[in-house]
Amino acid sequence: MSFFDIIQILDSTIRLATPLLLACLAGLFSERSGIVDIGLEGKMLVAAFFSAAVAALTGDVWLGMLAGIAASMVFALIHGVASITFRGDQLISGVAINFLAAGMTVLIAQDWFQQGSRTPALTGEARFDTLDLPFAEALSGVPFLGPLYADALSGHTILVYVGFLAVPATWWVLFRTRFGLRLRAVGENPGAVDTAGVSVNRLRYAAVLIAGLLCGLAGAYLATGLAAGFTKDMTAGRGFIALAALIFAKWRPWYALFACLLFGFLQALSNRYSTLDLGLIEIPNAFVLALPYILTVVILAGFVGRATPPRAGGEPYIKER
Amino acid sequence: MSDPAIELRGISKSFGPVHANKDIDLRVMPGTIHGIIGENGAGKSTLMSILYGFYKADRGEIHVRGNKVDIPDSQAAIRAGIGMVFQHFKLVQNFTVLENIVLGAEEGALLKTSLGRARKLLKQLSDEYELHVDPDARIENLGVGMQQRVEILKALYRQADILILDEPTGVLTPSEADHLFRILEGLKREGKTIILITHKLREIMEVTDTVSVMRRGEMTATVKTAETDPEELAELMVGRKVLLQVDKAPAKTGETVLEVRNLQVVDESGVERVRKISLEVKRGEILGIAGVAGNGQSELLEVLGGMREGTGEVLLNGAPLPLAGAGSDARTRRRVGVGHVPEDRQTEGLIMNFYAWENVGFGYHDDPRYNRGPLMNNHALREDAEAKIAKFDVRPANCWHTARNFSGGNQQKIVIARELEREPDLLLVGQPTRGVDIGAIEFIHEQIVALRDQGKAILLVSVELDEIMSLSDRIAVMFDGRIMGERLPADTNERELGLLMAGITDTEHEHSHDEIEQNLAQSSGKAG
Repeated sequence: MSFFDIIQILDSTIRLATPLLLACLAGLFSERSGIVDIGLEGKMLVAAFFSAAVAALTGDVWLGMLAGIAASMVFALIHGVASITFRGDQLISGVAINFLAAGMTVLIAQDWFQQGSRTPALTGEARFDTLDLPFAEALSGVPFLGPLYADALSGHTILVYVGFLAVPATWWVLFRTRFGLRLRAVGENPGAVDTAGVSVNRLRYAAVLIAGLLCGLAGAYLATGLAAGFTKDMTAGRGFIALAALIFAKWRPWYALFACLLFGFLQALSNRYSTLDLGLIEIPNAFVLALPYILTVVILAGFVGRATPPRAGGEPYIKER
Repeated sequence: MSDPAIELRGISKSFGPVHANKDIDLRVMPGTIHGIIGENGAGKSTLMSILYGFYKADRGEIHVRGNKVDIPDSQAAIRAGIGMVFQHFKLVQNFTVLENIVLGAEEGALLKTSLGRARKLLKQLSDEYELHVDPDARIENLGVGMQQRVEILKALYRQADILILDEPTGVLTPSEADHLFRILEGLKREGKTIILITHKLREIMEVTDTVSVMRRGEMTATVKTAETDPEELAELMVGRKVLLQVDKAPAKTGETVLEVRNLQVVDESGVERVRKISLEVKRGEILGIAGVAGNGQSELLEVLGGMREGTGEVLLNGAPLPLAGAGSDARTRRRVGVGHVPEDRQTEGLIMNFYAWENVGFGYHDDPRYNRGPLMNNHALREDAEAKIAKFDVRPANCWHTARNFSGGNQQKIVIARELEREPDLLLVGQPTRGVDIGAIEFIHEQIVALRDQGKAILLVSVELDEIMSLSDRIAVMFDGRIMGERLPADTNERELGLLMAGITDTEHEHSHDEIEQNLAQSSGKAG
């Protein structure tokens, strides 16, 4: 493996980690408020479709992104109504959203574009352009760090940078603001929030909608940044890997960054090599792809410290004396 | 005369067909401690929840300091100067004391300024009312007494001058309860009004100025505490004369039934819950285990009941009982004559969505009487259940009700009926009267004593010291997984037992409350 290979793998790690990271932070907001969200996958998928479809129809990727976010937030709202207002089972609601998204995107895609459940390939203004970080050109000559900066870190679309900046932003909101304090409290003990005179439902809706926004960005990036258009089931389980990353990260923003980079790296690795030759043994890439799940099980089993989920997670809040 | 701090006029509230509160009138004078007493389900908590904006009354008016107010939510209650300390604390376990106090009453969108100001104000409040607590401690590392202080501070921080405490002493040791009462007296001196909800007559007599009695959703009487006595209050609560003392003859003990030697229990997270304890229970005696919840009593019961594994030696009628692996399960325990009334009837004693008759058969469903070949003989089981329900006066006497639809006392009677009617050699009983009303308590106590008088051995675990004192023939006190000492009920008193429960064996000398609390906080910190 040459230095060039490594730079390339790191470059694609960053690209592949971005949708995971955005979805993971979406899950973080939702679950920190006590609403379990296994519908990340479905929300990403509708966002991917609507952003690609609107971008294809209007030729404007920004309109596409807004449409993707809107679609994802509508789905988030459905999850919210089902699990907050009607106190339904959050897992069932999440599963329903995933199914609804998988079926609906394919159906509408076929109806609108008649290209076998896909959108036309996006080009030009209908796709996110890459951004060069400042001085990327100038620094590319510096040995080792230069290529790392110019080729791996620079040259991604704006959503990649948004995703990475969302990490400190999430941390700040969660741990430095009143909203964050209440959000964390409502996921731990909604009764405490309620008796303090703060609306549990309003907080949870806010969290769920933020999750919708972030999933919207993740989906838009998938279809208009990472790929050039929507294809059937293009999220390919990323919503679930993001959930795994969330557990791996113990519901903390900075840990989420590292978890998503690690899982992105594993994806990048398996994309590049069909088998991984470690000299003595060869590891098939299916195993590399399964590693995020395996690692998550290891974490859940408590081998690497305890991962304590928010205490009130998954339970609808019912006022009681 | 000044306006009452709180005046309720004609408050009514129904939940479906149940009248939780019927036309309640109540006047609470400022600067007093006003007790509200009543059995479980009498409507005390509903009434207070209405006052705190948790429920909306169907009818009636609330006046605070002479002004009619509308309390649609907790926010409105807080604005009206009402603070509430719930029975189950409303604290975020992994937040600090300061964060919990600030939650919902922050001064701006950023935490830094709010927390800074709260820290100063908290210092003032703690000094003023002697409510000392470390603002940076995490709630999960604090003992229950401390957590309760945080709840009181929360209310004071929100400038409450009317403080409602719902069953505040349920989780406290006697010395902690005394300290709480001193705090309440202090608050009263500062002009605060306090409403104390409890079902414990002793507390009412000790601290209140006035007491109101509730029964079946109605306010039956309001009297000056100085002009009443416990017997009269109990009668007002229940509607008939009740025996407050258990009537029992001295124990006639026989040979040893249960012998425990060096029993050790380590829980899932590796914490040693029971630390090599030894004890024995003889025929015809009740051994009471006293202690603050979480000091290993539950684990002791669970191991003996076959619900948990342990190490050491346990003999039943001289034969060893396996503590782990094959034959250590609850089913085998039952077969060799161990009855078990678990501490939590709702999760361990009953299946709440099953019928009463199904619940009466649980644990004994392989009894040949209930079986016909490979099928259950439900008819026989139902007949048996009906007989038991009649004998134990379970109300309503309908075996087609689900367990959920019985009151706490009647649920407990179902469990007791199931276990006692098997005439076990050894009966394990955990918290037999938790959440059970006075009338049913009397009945359940009589049944337990009757079993003792048949020559059975009984191991009773209870956090209610009164219950331990009146039922037990011998008392062992557990603290932090150890037995701190054994006493005879006649030779001890609440004070001594209270000190043992706090881990202090040197009971001859005076001990400061700080010392006691420190001890308790350490043990519960470890346990948490």
